[in-house]
Amino acid sequence: MLKISADKLNDLFDAISAKQTLYIPVDREAGSAEYKKYESGMEMSRGLNTVRSAKDFFFPQTENLADFKMNGKNIEVIDIREESEDFVIFGVRACDARSFTILDKVFLAEPVDSYYKNRRDHGTVVTMACTRPAETCFCTTFGIDPTAPEGDAAVFSDGENYFFKANNEKGQAFIDSISDMLQDGDTEKLEKIQENTREIMKKLPLANLSTDSFGGERLMEHFSSEKWAELSESCLGCGTCTFVCPTCQCYDIRDFDTGNGIKRFRCWDSCMYSDFTKMAHGNSRNSQLERFRQRFMHKLVYFPANNNGEFGCVGCGRCLSKCPISMNIVKVMKALEVK
Amino acid sequence: MNNDTLIPLVGVITDIRQDTPDVKTFRVNALEGGKVFEHMPGQCAMLSIPGVGEGMFSITSSPTNKEFMEFSIKKCGCLTTWLHAMDVGQQITIRGPYGNHFPVETELKGKDLLFIAGGIGLAPLRSVINYVRDNRANYGDVQIVYGSRSKDDLVDYKEIIDEWMADPNIQVNLTIDNPQEGWDGHVGFVPNYVKELNPSTNKTVLVCGPPIMIKFTLAGLKELGFTETQVYTTMELRMKCAVGKCGRCNIGNKYVCKDGPVFRFDQLDELPDEY
Amino acid sequence: MQETIIKRAKELLADGTVNRVIGWKRGEFVYDITPAVFETAEEIDAEFVFDDFTQANVSKYLIKESRKEGKILAFLKPCDTYSFNQLVKEHRINRENVYVIGIPGGPKLDIEKIKAKGITGILDVKNENYTLKIKTLYGEETMPFYEAISGKCADCKSKKHVVYDELIGEDGDVLESNRFDMVEKLENMTAQERYDFWRGELSKCIRCNACRNVCPACTCENCVFDNPSSGVSNKAAADSFEENMFHIIRAFHVAGRCTDCGECSRVCPQNIPLHLLNRKFIKDINSLYGEYQAGADTTSKAPLNDYNTDDCEPSIVHERGVE
Repeated sequence: MLKISADKLNDLFDAISAKQTLYIPVDREAGSAEYKKYESGMEMSRGLNTVRSAKDFFFPQTENLADFKMNGKNIEVIDIREESEDFVIFGVRACDARSFTILDKVFLAEPVDSYYKNRRDHGTVVTMACTRPAETCFCTTFGIDPTAPEGDAAVFSDGENYFFKANNEKGQAFIDSISDMLQDGDTEKLEKIQENTREIMKKLPLANLSTDSFGGERLMEHFSSEKWAELSESCLGCGTCTFVCPTCQCYDIRDFDTGNGIKRFRCWDSCMYSDFTKMAHGNSRNSQLERFRQRFMHKLVYFPANNNGEFGCVGCGRCLSKCPISMNIVKVMKALEVK
Repeated sequence: MNNDTLIPLVGVITDIRQDTPDVKTFRVNALEGGKVFEHMPGQCAMLSIPGVGEGMFSITSSPTNKEFMEFSIKKCGCLTTWLHAMDVGQQITIRGPYGNHFPVETELKGKDLLFIAGGIGLAPLRSVINYVRDNRANYGDVQIVYGSRSKDDLVDYKEIIDEWMADPNIQVNLTIDNPQEGWDGHVGFVPNYVKELNPSTNKTVLVCGPPIMIKFTLAGLKELGFTETQVYTTMELRMKCAVGKCGRCNIGNKYVCKDGPVFRFDQLDELPDEY
Repeated sequence: MQETIIKRAKELLADGTVNRVIGWKRGEFVYDITPAVFETAEEIDAEFVFDDFTQANVSKYLIKESRKEGKILAFLKPCDTYSFNQLVKEHRINRENVYVIGIPGGPKLDIEKIKAKGITGILDVKNENYTLKIKTLYGEETMPFYEAISGKCADCKSKKHVVYDELIGEDGDVLESNRFDMVEKLENMTAQERYDFWRGELSKCIRCNACRNVCPACTCENCVFDNPSSGVSNKAAADSFEENMFHIIRAFHVAGRCTDCGECSRVCPQNIPLHLLNRKFIKDINSLYGEYQAGADTTSKAPLNDYNTDDCEPSIVHERGVE
């Protein structure tokens, strides 16, 4: 397999970023990482994952959809879309890489969302295999192999080298573009590390979490469960779980008066929010119980019902570490498990 | 880049009719004249005044009308208040058509039809009624039961009197909730009136109105011997994208904007009661 | 301590003093704590926890709980009693329906501080003589207890319970804390430095509303930021200054009512030091109107709600703003 030695990684980043915009995970204060636009000398985070997921690259927190010029009774619609520049996201974990295929099922379904597709077409996802999973990880529950991540190209570390493997044509083109910096390398040590990681995955506290009880066919059974009351009892109704989640894709569309025309933008929204379904004449989900239930039913029942059994969760564990009251999808799955 | 459904077209208001104290019917044309787009009965469009908001409205005119589209809109929130303040000549943005439609060319073809509407609930059914009138040979008996709070709240009253009631091939039954001077027609709630009329159970029913009216009407129809597979309705939930992506009109595994708004009651039975 | 608390909770349930107990329960991990209401002794035996990780302030839940049938038992740490008292003062909590037991406060542990050391795969955390023994998937780690205490406890303002029906353990005193040190540091910055500091922090905001929803001072039935008619209900940055406005307006709204409980910064998924905005207001109120601690009592008039002729002149705002 083609590789680069670990001490040459920044040379590689310099070479990539000379051609197109490169984003890498960078440590922030207190051990939390975030994706940043690479600038020479920046060091890649050794941490497991970023606080915010990688969905921002394709489905940003907020984006402009169209502008309007209002002139008396007349309206001019201005299409503000521009072809995205090419970019590379380096170091995406297997869970986040899978989240893109889930988001694709929403945004690339007819009618295709051109804003999302534009970025997707121009972005190259280079994933990084995991070697030190956290206790909050449960990607294997959803059939994800963190030692062999998806994405356009995958990178594997044996501690001394980074190995590159293409998963598709776009990934091959990426590797070809940097091949002059790569050389053939022996993967013996790497295979041992992968084997070791797979063993750790089996020992994770959530290794036995099962999706057997979920899926579209149990719609009314889970919806009617009495467990929702206790599960949602302490929910603050904030959007933390939604916004750190790599697969949550609900959005709002709003208009903003710039004083010089109207900007129509879309932004992340959360089904946990009280105004999500509020209309002038009433609200179809009035209580936090209903809103809480919606979020988990969507991931565990409704989404698989519409997508050949694929669940709307990738087991990244972000909601486990970030929910202010430590309520999360794992607790919901355990509570609703059909014995 | 290809067109994106989220980027709207511009239409112009060419006529405004005050139907009831709080319902106006707006006629919309493309800037160059004619319709902005074609649709089927029961489909909806997203109308917007940029800076105020965007909302989903049922297209109340029939697709057989080749000149313009109409929307009957009740004033009840921020956007609708703005729409009601518009004058003829005002431009609005419009995108669509969205959602499914009443199966006028399939399941409803050749059937005896019973339309039951309450208040502004007539708006989506008006599209079907006029479509059926314009393709009269394709359908059996047509009966319309329509009720409102008062005589003044009957939407499209003039069209009902002048055209529907004058049509020998259609039976129209009107009712208002309470007695009123100048009204010698039926008085009483729609669900009870339907029971009194005792329609034949071989009719296919299309019902739309306030949730409570739909609930009691359905119960009444069941008492008369109708089954849920015979009854269609059309729903309304909060929507932003109108194409099944923004997530807010999600009920169970359905999105009202794209899998609806038209549902048969046996389909609704399989969904959570969140509407 | 957990045993004593559980024993007393069960006694008060059994003798009918209360019909519910609000406390905490543990989830999947040692640090994973959810506030919970318990109705039976069995539930309490099975799930009630009180330990180094039970940080969450349960006072705000009592707004809803105190309006239900019957009396609820609440275990409040010293900082929580300030929030509780303030909510009683604002007529949000029905005091008669709550039986308050004061319990010892922190310092509590913040798992993020442990993870920040690069420790991952955490299976257990034990405090042995103020050294944390941390069992992980990758072997055992140790770190000093005091390096892992939560930010809100590090700046603890008081060990005193300002309200209780009974106490478990001894009452403490208001502390001489260093909680305004960082505020002073910010005050001593140039305007540009301070602006850069806050832009850097607030631009991380993802508008999840966790700070607002957890805040015991944010109790509006319908927040202005959730009200479409307000014109400021945008859920994300429509322009680049939007999220700053959200936090600044919120800080203004809770000024004089914020007890400095620190929940906002504790729950922020982006680790924004939001409490510093509130502390700046507290410090200013102290210096302009005399020492005042929101929630310390239920009778005093709040300085920003009260007028007297000794109040500082509005021009002070201008004077203080001059570099």
